[in-house]
Amino acid sequence: MNRFSFNARRIAVLIGFVATAGSFVAVDAVMAAPAKTQSVAIKGFAFVPHVITVAPGTTITWTNADEDPHTVFANDKSFHSSALDTNDKYSFTFNRPGDFAYFCSLHPHMTGKIIVKG
Amino acid sequence: MDHHPSDLLKAPLDRRDMLMRCTGWAGTAAIYTMGGGVASSISLDAALAGSFRHGKNQPFTFLQISDTHIGFDKPANPNARGTAIEAVEKIKALPFKPDLIIHSGDITHLSKDEQFDDAKQILSGIDTPIFFVPGEHDLLDEKQGAAFLAHFGRGTKGNGWYSFDHGGVHFVALNNVANLKPGGMAHIGDDQLAWLQADLAGLSSSTPIVVFGHIPLWTVYEPWGWGTDDSAQALAMLRRFGSVTVLNGHIHQILQKVEGNLSFHSALSTAYPQPAPGAAPSPGPLKVPAEQLPSMLGIRTARFVRGSAPIALIDQSLA
Repeated sequence: MNRFSFNARRIAVLIGFVATAGSFVAVDAVMAAPAKTQSVAIKGFAFVPHVITVAPGTTITWTNADEDPHTVFANDKSFHSSALDTNDKYSFTFNRPGDFAYFCSLHPHMTGKIIVKG
Repeated sequence: MDHHPSDLLKAPLDRRDMLMRCTGWAGTAAIYTMGGGVASSISLDAALAGSFRHGKNQPFTFLQISDTHIGFDKPANPNARGTAIEAVEKIKALPFKPDLIIHSGDITHLSKDEQFDDAKQILSGIDTPIFFVPGEHDLLDEKQGAAFLAHFGRGTKGNGWYSFDHGGVHFVALNNVANLKPGGMAHIGDDQLAWLQADLAGLSSSTPIVVFGHIPLWTVYEPWGWGTDDSAQALAMLRRFGSVTVLNGHIHQILQKVEGNLSFHSALSTAYPQPAPGAAPSPGPLKVPAEQLPSMLGIRTARFVRGSAPIALIDQSLA
């Protein structure tokens, strides 16, 4: 989901402009920061790691390693994937701090959590 | 429903005729009956030899097919389409014609329109009305169930539940795979439970009931989600009936349980087997040697004789 990380970076750039009143040094520093990414495997009917703590702006990519399809579905419905068949991926960028519990809507006993901390 | 069950009852086979036709394949079939709350395995001859009584309940046979997973092509069975066709051929070759067939869900693997269409084409080879409930694999479209309703759920209530009567038996089709809750198991939901209560309200307690849904209505194995969160409410409504047979799929293996007048039976898949509860780290498809696979796939015949008598179930593998 590159669109999300692109938007996130663009917002960061805008914030940089406002906060530094035109300091291009600060903007360059934001632009140069490597994109934050983390992976979660869907394996053996479980999300691995089950709980993961990340910084705001991190993009999480889930990859289904099972023969069975799974989904990534936020408990509060704020994000969800379509059905992920074997080797399918789904990404979502977490910009807002908070705890984001999710589950597999096919196999609801499969649960996980993303903790976003600034 | 497109087919009204009351139109279906054709002249049933004479019992002796039935016996003659069935004994040929009895030797390869596992037969389960319930009597007095105890499950026992008996011969098909004995199952069919019960005396028939005249009345509104006429003997008839129906079939259960389950978990065809059209579209599945993983190592556990690279040709699930082929084994579904084998199951259809097995049904067509039966020495009798069933009155109806129930499909207990996971018709497709990924709810794609082409998979629903393919399932329809494969099953169209059977000249018998088929009644469907969805499995969780049938609700994977963007609208989470619209595709199932369009292809196989026309005329049903809510997200795919309904009932009908046939041969004196009241059939109840439940959808327990929609709107599943985080950390939970299968779920019937308040709307469907309210409908069920109203649906059963007018029935005499002597009416034989067959309930079918995808995920087991009894807790087979909670760590794998093999059960239904709110099934206790449904079962409470069913306990007053003298004979309740609950048929499900989902776990791709034959398991049964008897609780008073309620008997629960899960069926084989036609696509791939799954491990016994807790026998593997996860419930994913079980890979077995190719020559062993047909013995772990199959269909089920159910023979209804009369009101208080148990329904005889005959599970037949594709081997």
